[in-house]
Amino acid sequence: MDNQLKRGLLDVCVLAAIKNEDSYGYQIIKDMKPYVEISESTLYPILRRLEAAELLTVRAAEHSGRLRKYYHITPLGLKRIESFRKEWNEIMSIYRFITREDAANE
Amino acid sequence: MNRAEFLAALRKDLNGLPPEDIEKSAEFYSELMDDHMENGLSEEEAAAALGSVDEIAAQILSETSLPKLIKAKVKPNRALKVWEVILIILGAPLWLPLLLAAMICFFSIYIVLWAVIFSLFAADLSLAACGLTGLVALVQYGVLYGNLAAGVLMVGAGMICVGLAILLFLGLLGVTKAGLRLNRNILLWIKSPFIRKENA
Repeated sequence: MDNQLKRGLLDVCVLAAIKNEDSYGYQIIKDMKPYVEISESTLYPILRRLEAAELLTVRAAEHSGRLRKYYHITPLGLKRIESFRKEWNEIMSIYRFITREDAANE
Repeated sequence: MNRAEFLAALRKDLNGLPPEDIEKSAEFYSELMDDHMENGLSEEEAAAALGSVDEIAAQILSETSLPKLIKAKVKPNRALKVWEVILIILGAPLWLPLLLAAMICFFSIYIVLWAVIFSLFAADLSLAACGLTGLVALVQYGVLYGNLAAGVLMVGAGMICVGLAILLFLGLLGVTKAGLRLNRNILLWIKSPFIRKENA
């Protein structure tokens, strides 16, 4: 997929993965897997970027004798998801425009 | 590759970045490895599941800000020898002006690009101001000189200007967006040699 497009989409996907409850790296990848393939090396820069933009916060919590980092969505992060939902209509209409000739030929 | 080897390789690839950044990255991947192992993978399998170290490092570096990146990659990994320091100092009259010239060239192109956009916005603003002038002219001709027809003509002309200003503004938004995109691509392009060198 086009890099710019995918980059923006993955940001929202990661936010969506921690929307309902705090989550950690391994779990985020696992939750996203059925929908979108994301590698560890892709996830890490995204988390750093989202943290820098204050769309999420990080806290360390103990888990079976070691520390694990949990990511928590901020109000700003929730707002980002909301604005994506609004953009979605626009994206769908672009999609319909791109595929309109295929539909006519079938 | 076990955990220690994996983390050592990652630290080596990121060598030169601020230590806390390297530590954060190592912690993140170490935690992932723990989680993989908790779910039944062996240490070697967990390291393999994370992907190649070079790929991971390249991703991190491409997201690192340019000043940090230059500091990290230009800094030699060993102390300079005495004759190298002398050579650099003696060569300064040669390389310093060249480096300065290159930087100035680059920045002037940059400034010209944004100056063009800025001046177009200024032109747009003045067009919009013409609309206001039309109203002033209406008062001047219509009330002061008693020539209402000329005043209305001025208002009409002013409105045409406002219309043009709006159209121009929409076009300019597109141009500005393209400029920002170009900006980002140039930045990535400048970064790329620093990233590739490490993984070649």
